[in-house]
Amino acid sequence: MAAAPLLAIHDYRLVFDGFEGTAHVLDGIDLELGAAETLGVVGETGCGKSVLAKSVLRLLPSPPARVVAGSIRFEGVDILAANDRAMRAIRGPRVAMIFQDPATFLNPVFTIGQQLLDVIAAHEREKPKAERRARAAMRAHAVSLLQQVRLPDAEALMGRYPHQLSGGMRQRVLIAMALSGAPALLIADEPTTALDVTIQAQVLRLIADLVRDLGLAVMMISHDLGVVASTCRRVVVMYSGTIVEDAPIARIFAQARHPYTKGLLAAIPTLAGSAAKLSGIAGSIPNLIAPPPGCRFHPRCPLAVERCRAEKPALRDFGGGHRVACHRAEES
Amino acid sequence: MIVYVVQRVLLTGLMLFGLICITFTVSNVAPSDPAALAAGPDATRDMVETVRREYGLDKPIWEQFVRYVSDLARGDFGRSIVSTRAVGTELAQYFPATFELVALAMGLGVLVGVPLGMLSAVYKNRPFDHLVRVFAVSGVALPAFWFGLVLQLTFAAQLELLPTSGRLDIASPPPPPVTRMFLVDSLLAGDWQTFADAFAHAILPAIVLSFPCLASILRVNRAEMVEVLSADYIVAARAHGVSPWRIVAVHALRNAMLPTLAMIGLRYGWMLGSTVLVETVFDWPGIGLYAVSSAIAGDFKPVMGVTLLIGLNFMIANLVVDLLYGWLDPRLRAAQ
Repeated sequence: MAAAPLLAIHDYRLVFDGFEGTAHVLDGIDLELGAAETLGVVGETGCGKSVLAKSVLRLLPSPPARVVAGSIRFEGVDILAANDRAMRAIRGPRVAMIFQDPATFLNPVFTIGQQLLDVIAAHEREKPKAERRARAAMRAHAVSLLQQVRLPDAEALMGRYPHQLSGGMRQRVLIAMALSGAPALLIADEPTTALDVTIQAQVLRLIADLVRDLGLAVMMISHDLGVVASTCRRVVVMYSGTIVEDAPIARIFAQARHPYTKGLLAAIPTLAGSAAKLSGIAGSIPNLIAPPPGCRFHPRCPLAVERCRAEKPALRDFGGGHRVACHRAEES
Repeated sequence: MIVYVVQRVLLTGLMLFGLICITFTVSNVAPSDPAALAAGPDATRDMVETVRREYGLDKPIWEQFVRYVSDLARGDFGRSIVSTRAVGTELAQYFPATFELVALAMGLGVLVGVPLGMLSAVYKNRPFDHLVRVFAVSGVALPAFWFGLVLQLTFAAQLELLPTSGRLDIASPPPPPVTRMFLVDSLLAGDWQTFADAFAHAILPAIVLSFPCLASILRVNRAEMVEVLSADYIVAARAHGVSPWRIVAVHALRNAMLPTLAMIGLRYGWMLGSTVLVETVFDWPGIGLYAVSSAIAGDFKPVMGVTLLIGLNFMIANLVVDLLYGWLDPRLRAAQ
């Protein structure tokens, strides 16, 4: 990254205040993303990957969410300090987001056209008066967006309601909405989890093609390393609110250094080794209200030593864009 | 959509038939002998029998039922014993007065209740929400007669801003009867002075009548809005940069309006049937007073007539709510 990064997150700490106590959901996230860079964020349920994605657009309800420390900057704008107006100029036109379950992320009582036009009109209002488009031009834009995400018969689709569409079509509509403001960064929060496998492959190919054609930067949240591998060049592995490893995708598969990443890789079933029992990672996700001291992974780690219990490992640079947060990273 | 509408209309017809069966049965199993009642307290046995034949009460029950239904179809609700006038004529006189009041109260309930509920949900658990909650609870809890008297004392007796009771000033003649709703008739006649007078008379009773209705619309709308505002598609709309007020007033409200509409339909029927207290306090010659005084006099036909009329209104209200549901929610149209 030569110039200033598109997105820079520094020492970001977020907690959720609840009845049972304060959950330390994100614990010191350091992450930078350049223009047109494709980044996958993987980790198991509850590791904070979706929370991190929503933080970038400040979509978390507060309370319970509370930022304790750190900063998030997008194109130099301090997201955490920006007012609502400034946030609206970012949401949609600069950073767009697509979501996990397309069934629930479209409003059931409005047509596809109404919803798409509403989003486009919202973006128009951010522009100076002279540059705003007429209603007809916005409609034409909406139709062309639907065509861009390869939906057949876009004109007729404008008058349809979400329940008349299949899951894959709904996700395409959401992608069209996300693209409507010509954003620089696309955040995809498990965009294929709710879809069946064949549709999943189509949607992933669509995203990959759009990203390449439009030069978008992507932050792809997933629990599936395979999904990330097919769309991203770089991957960040999260565990219990921390980044444990950050590396180019090929590097992760070839020479992962963090014991948790290795555990994840070992848990992927292979076509050849069907006879062997699948290996998992022993233990379960740590309690976020009273997280383990030191390295949060140490209770489940086969390599844990005394130091891991006492001292939180920092993300250290191993060259070639490879960062690992483990005291014993050199040994593996 | 057409199938949906036809289905709803047919269903309403079926319900109306059910209601007619019920009123017919009630009038036949009620302890008093209708023939003796009609003949009067001093009638001889022969006179009672004559009346019985005259009214067809000696015929088999199914014949009586057929006659009852065909009379109703011609708008014949029978005669009142007390006034000896046709019940249909009396209903046509009293019902518009009540309907006028209920329509005003409903308008007030919706126009104030829905926005307050919406704002309450937006400012959930903030001081504004708490204030609105106190307002809503008092709306449900305050007895209508007490609230009405307090308003009369304040706005009519002390401040002398509004008239105490009645539909019009004693000095001003009613507008030419078309609908018999003074507000509508005075407008049709272009008589603004009478309109203003009728409106001033209607304000206080409409407020008293609408208060509990307003409160329940408000609470239902608030609860629905709170739920809808946390829905995924609202998060998505925010993520796409739609402005917060547009999200609340357009994206969320339309979804939250569905259960609120059901409540509005129920409240309409409920209000029609419970105007008597307000009519008494404000000396409003409506259907509630008519029904109660007839019931006290043991005058059966008017009570049956009022029951049928309110029931019919309830059904029409529910039909309208059903049709609005279909219009608001495309999934219902498709499900049929």
